[in-house]
Amino acid sequence: MALVLTEEQQMLRDAARGFLDEKAPVSALRKLRDANDETGFSRDLWKEMAEMGWAGILVGEDYGGADFGFVGAGVLAEEMGRTLTASPFLSTSILAATALQKLGGEAQRQEHLPKISTGEAVFALAVDEARKHGPQKTAMKAEKHGNGFKLSGDKTFVADGQVADNIIVAARTAGAPGDAEGITLFLIDAAAKGISRERTVMVDSRGAARLKFDGVDATGDDVLGEVDGGLASLEGVLNAGRAGLAAEMSGAAQAAFTMTMDYLKERKQFGIEIGSFQALQHRAAHLYSEIELMKSVTLKALQDLDEHYGMAGIICSLAKAKAGEVAKLASQEAVQMHGGIGMTDEFDIGFYMKRIRVAQEMFGDAAFHADRLAAMRGY
Amino acid sequence: MSDLETFRKDTRAWLEENCPAEMRDGAGGEDNICWGGRNWQFQSEAQKTWLDRMAEKGWTVPAWPKEYGGGGLSKEEVKILKSEMRDMKARSPLESFGIWMLGPALLKYGTHEQKLHFLPPITRGEIRWCQGYSEPNAGSDLASLQCKCEDKGDHWLVNGQKVWTSYADESDWIFCLVRTDPKATKHNGISFLLIDMAAQGVSTKPIKLISGKSPFCETFFDDVKVPKEHAPGIGSIVGDLNRGWDVAKYLLTHEREMISAGGGGLFGGRGMGEIAASEIGLEAGRLADPMLRGKIAQAEIDGWAFLLTLERMKDEAKAGQGVGANSSMLKYYGTEFNKRRFELLMDSGGSEALEWEGERTQDGKLARSWLRTKANSIEGGTSEVQLNIIAKRILQLPGA
Repeated sequence: MALVLTEEQQMLRDAARGFLDEKAPVSALRKLRDANDETGFSRDLWKEMAEMGWAGILVGEDYGGADFGFVGAGVLAEEMGRTLTASPFLSTSILAATALQKLGGEAQRQEHLPKISTGEAVFALAVDEARKHGPQKTAMKAEKHGNGFKLSGDKTFVADGQVADNIIVAARTAGAPGDAEGITLFLIDAAAKGISRERTVMVDSRGAARLKFDGVDATGDDVLGEVDGGLASLEGVLNAGRAGLAAEMSGAAQAAFTMTMDYLKERKQFGIEIGSFQALQHRAAHLYSEIELMKSVTLKALQDLDEHYGMAGIICSLAKAKAGEVAKLASQEAVQMHGGIGMTDEFDIGFYMKRIRVAQEMFGDAAFHADRLAAMRGY
Repeated sequence: MSDLETFRKDTRAWLEENCPAEMRDGAGGEDNICWGGRNWQFQSEAQKTWLDRMAEKGWTVPAWPKEYGGGGLSKEEVKILKSEMRDMKARSPLESFGIWMLGPALLKYGTHEQKLHFLPPITRGEIRWCQGYSEPNAGSDLASLQCKCEDKGDHWLVNGQKVWTSYADESDWIFCLVRTDPKATKHNGISFLLIDMAAQGVSTKPIKLISGKSPFCETFFDDVKVPKEHAPGIGSIVGDLNRGWDVAKYLLTHEREMISAGGGGLFGGRGMGEIAASEIGLEAGRLADPMLRGKIAQAEIDGWAFLLTLERMKDEAKAGQGVGANSSMLKYYGTEFNKRRFELLMDSGGSEALEWEGERTQDGKLARSWLRTKANSIEGGTSEVQLNIIAKRILQLPGA
């Protein structure tokens, strides 16, 4: 498959860019932050996105979705990255939709996927329990209890966990932390007895939470995929999230880069545009090259998810690692090249640095994915 | 069966029948290249047979038009031929600066008569060309070149010196940038001239490099008379008089693409991690040197991302998208990556990689290759020049 966007995908991108520039510029995120908005995104805006088919971009047509594939989802994530749009797109439309499409039974799909498509339901994926990503280290218990399970344990860094209607949670039905086997995914109503949530105000002003499960009841019907399905089924969902985050970071990095290049062309010091200094030109040209690499791996990861979902692990790690490093560089260079103004809250560039830092950490930073890649390649 | 499938089937059958067994060892190193030329000593009968058969078919330059000795194949067909050759590990029958550089320049800027005269001997490996661009005082600032070329009525009189002329001592002809108008601004007085190396007054001197090898020469022109026409109707200048810089720029872009593609191609063999694992060993499934393991993993990520970028740029060009000046980006990144890759290979080779002579290391093959890579980011325009080009043409930064 050619490593370019199809005409349809380009049309989606152009439409998304126009819409987001108008309805969800960085100032919208700033407003949410300044209002200390507990939802973390605008429900009206999310409704509008859903009407355009974005919320159900990965959902099959039988369930009211657009069935546009991972490249389409990545196009939207990238555009939202450009404007730092706050929305439950990653948690609901990428992670939950992938989990339900790939692992859900027919009844689960029928119950939940249409609500994802219409934007009615917000989902969250709860995986990590410690400060660093490590799905294999899952310790949260799901103990057999009668015909069902009792879930107990803590989850952290749960995107949109503070408002989600449903939570997909990874828990251990067998084995010990560190084992690849014995992990099971449950789809739980967020209002279930025994769940407590603490909204965590994050550096990027996006919604997130710490969750506590204290003997939460789950039945066999709440299991998503197989009991003891293990890391493999969870990894598929995480890979989709990683590629989505890579796309989002790619958009954010490109936007920060564009702002920086504009600034280099207008800011004068010593009586001349600072962009004429070779010290800055070479750094800008290097960053340009890195951004081109990031765009290539991100697109490849999304295409592979569409074409060989089960085999896309290594390329998704590649994309997440590369995008994380490049976006970090782009945000750092952006602040440095803007000088003092880049350090002010009034200027938007800081929002990019903050969001990129969070996206970089989520579902594995560059070191996590470099290690994973080395292990997959046998060294 | 579609036309392309038929073509693939026929190609495979033809290659199976015509590629000698000795030419199916996948050897691609500089020592195994067949360069051709008047002085060429074939390494084996098989090498000669392979060249003759492929040249007969036009497949030493499959994309060139048939009338000039090429195969007249479409892009898709060339791709199929290459993939079939790769699958059977067939060596390339012929490589040369005629194929890489002069051919593309003639195809774009030459007259029909020049093409008919010069191209077929290139495709058959009969004439070997070298490139005369850089001069002792014209490196990164190539357009400041001074090699003098005076109009003497029926001939040109050439005086000056070229440097970094690859394999000049083994070549038959040279394509050269010379100054035909010393009064014009520096980009506007240069012409692209074809000179027979056998002409009176041409001499060469090999330059020994840090790798111990001498792939480059200094080339001197002392009162060299170059006929205005090498044969009736066959001009010795390619393109218009004083417009040689256009040809040079076109070829430099082309050269950058080739160098960066070559840098990526090296990635096709064993991975760095695999090599390091066999040399240093694993502990609990991980490379025994954890710091090196991390560096290699980072480099593999970048190398892989670079290969995908080459692929994307090709696909974008096909789809009519993309930025032309990206060849500078690819040249910059590809060569810098290749240097990094060889540093890591030297790191995993340890003290063994430092042996310069002897069978164990094939006379320091890795060490010499490592040193060779240092030229990657100098030749064809330094990394710094590429960054200048990106800043100017792509990012459109001021004053660049």
